[in-house]
Amino acid sequence: MRAPVRHATRRRLAADAALLLTAAGFALPLLWLVLASVDPGADLRVRLPGSVTAGHFDAVLTDEITFTPMLNSLLLCGGATLVTVVCAAFAAYPLSRYRSRFNRPFLLTVLFTTCLPITAVMVPVYGLFVQVELIDTMHGTALFLATSQLPFAIWLMKNFMDGVPRVLEEAAWTDGASTAQTLIRVVLPLTGPGVAVVMIYTFIMLWGNFFVPFMLLLSPEQLPASVSVFTLFGNYGSVVYGQLAAFSILYSLPVLVLYVLIARRLGGGFTLGGAVKG
Amino acid sequence: MSRNARAAGAWRWLPLAPATVLLLLFLAGPIGYCVWIAFTDAQLTGASGADFVGLDNFRRAFADEDFRNAVWLTLVFTVVSAVLGQNTLGLALAGLMRAASRPVRTLTGALVITAWVLPEIVAAFLLYAFFRREGTLNAVLDQLHLPSQNWLFTLPILAVSFANVWRGTAFSMLVYSAALAEIPRDVTEAAAVDGAGGVRRLRYITLPMLRRSIGTTLMLNTLSTLSVFGLIWAMTRGGPGSRSQTLPVFMYDQAFLKSLIGYGTAVALLLLLVGSLFSVVYLRLLKVEV
Repeated sequence: MRAPVRHATRRRLAADAALLLTAAGFALPLLWLVLASVDPGADLRVRLPGSVTAGHFDAVLTDEITFTPMLNSLLLCGGATLVTVVCAAFAAYPLSRYRSRFNRPFLLTVLFTTCLPITAVMVPVYGLFVQVELIDTMHGTALFLATSQLPFAIWLMKNFMDGVPRVLEEAAWTDGASTAQTLIRVVLPLTGPGVAVVMIYTFIMLWGNFFVPFMLLLSPEQLPASVSVFTLFGNYGSVVYGQLAAFSILYSLPVLVLYVLIARRLGGGFTLGGAVKG
Repeated sequence: MSRNARAAGAWRWLPLAPATVLLLLFLAGPIGYCVWIAFTDAQLTGASGADFVGLDNFRRAFADEDFRNAVWLTLVFTVVSAVLGQNTLGLALAGLMRAASRPVRTLTGALVITAWVLPEIVAAFLLYAFFRREGTLNAVLDQLHLPSQNWLFTLPILAVSFANVWRGTAFSMLVYSAALAEIPRDVTEAAAVDGAGGVRRLRYITLPMLRRSIGTTLMLNTLSTLSVFGLIWAMTRGGPGSRSQTLPVFMYDQAFLKSLIGYGTAVALLLLLVGSLFSVVYLRLLKVEV
């Protein structure tokens, strides 16, 4: 019995070493972010700061640099997330519950759109937005953002609703509830965790989105954090790197926290959308 | 049930309406517009003056040195970062994690996933700092007495490819971890009892059983890599010169910086066509039962 045990230990140690090496590669850029944000003389290298300062955070915690862009991001991505989740919840219900010839083509189209490179659509979207005067408006941009996440949200939501037993709804119907009542009172509470996952996932995706607001919003006072961070710090060289790091941390923190909230469900049966497992 | 079914009739499909309207207005609309504009000579100054020019934009693209350069760079970027990088590294990490001890597994997973959850622009800043001449990578190379260089200048396309691997590997890792967990233990154990070594078990058991996951992950990685813009734009702006100018960056450059909306849209349409092709392959691989 001793030989296989030792063999297993050796195998585990080898795997640990390989993983730690890779982890170091992933950690180095992150380490720079954390260390530079508190290093008074931060440059582009990872190094232990001689002294620690909160000065960079102080410097960026102003209306212009942090609060206005973050509020814009919140309005833009929050609004878009709401639209996405409501539309996806409504759309997923009939797709999950009724049988029709129409289901399969609709869902296949949705899945197909999920994969399309949204980047490629941005040039014509810009052109259209100029013509219908939606360019440089928060609501126009939010609606486009919402639509860009909609296909995936519908797909996810449908998979979650498939998991809710029909019997419960039939009971509600028997008691005289309408379809809308059934959806709101019975199905949504039961799909609650699923809806939360879709909501948080959509929000994370939108919060980090750079290209869409970069193209569709022009006035500096409307820019969300993803674009303002680029216009403020994108001209490397004339930048205080410590402040860049400090702001990047502030801007990333909300999505990191949100991710931790849904991490368990993302890692489990969900596997990023069921889209992957079919 | 019958009361509901009959009374509701077509009305019960009504909840689909908001989503459908949004998708038609903001996605199908622009795609249709894209197809039309791609055949005109529209400029940024006013689409009203656009004339139909047939296939001119496409002819121009295929004769354009810069376009061919962008296609080549997109190919390099996709193969290096999506196919070789994200996919292989993701599979390796998922495999190693099954053999590794718990704390190491958790630590690695957390780091790889953090890189993935970070906003695109922040990731771009971090990897810019990592690859700069005075950045961390060169500092590490100095320590190891290896030659350092200005990565963003000498090998910009490799630098952005590595950036994309850093940012995108988590997805493959999660998918493969889930897929590996579904392979029944007794199959691998039986093979081990029959004397199959690690490499042969990988070759004849694990990989064939992961075939479908590998196919779909490859497609999804390719599709998301095809539309990477912010990462490259914030790290190099497609430069120096046009040496990291992939198709999305080229498209942006032509349409907005050079004001050639028609030409830029033609490039966008080509990108969409390539994307659609991959999507169709993906759907075939998935064999969805909906």
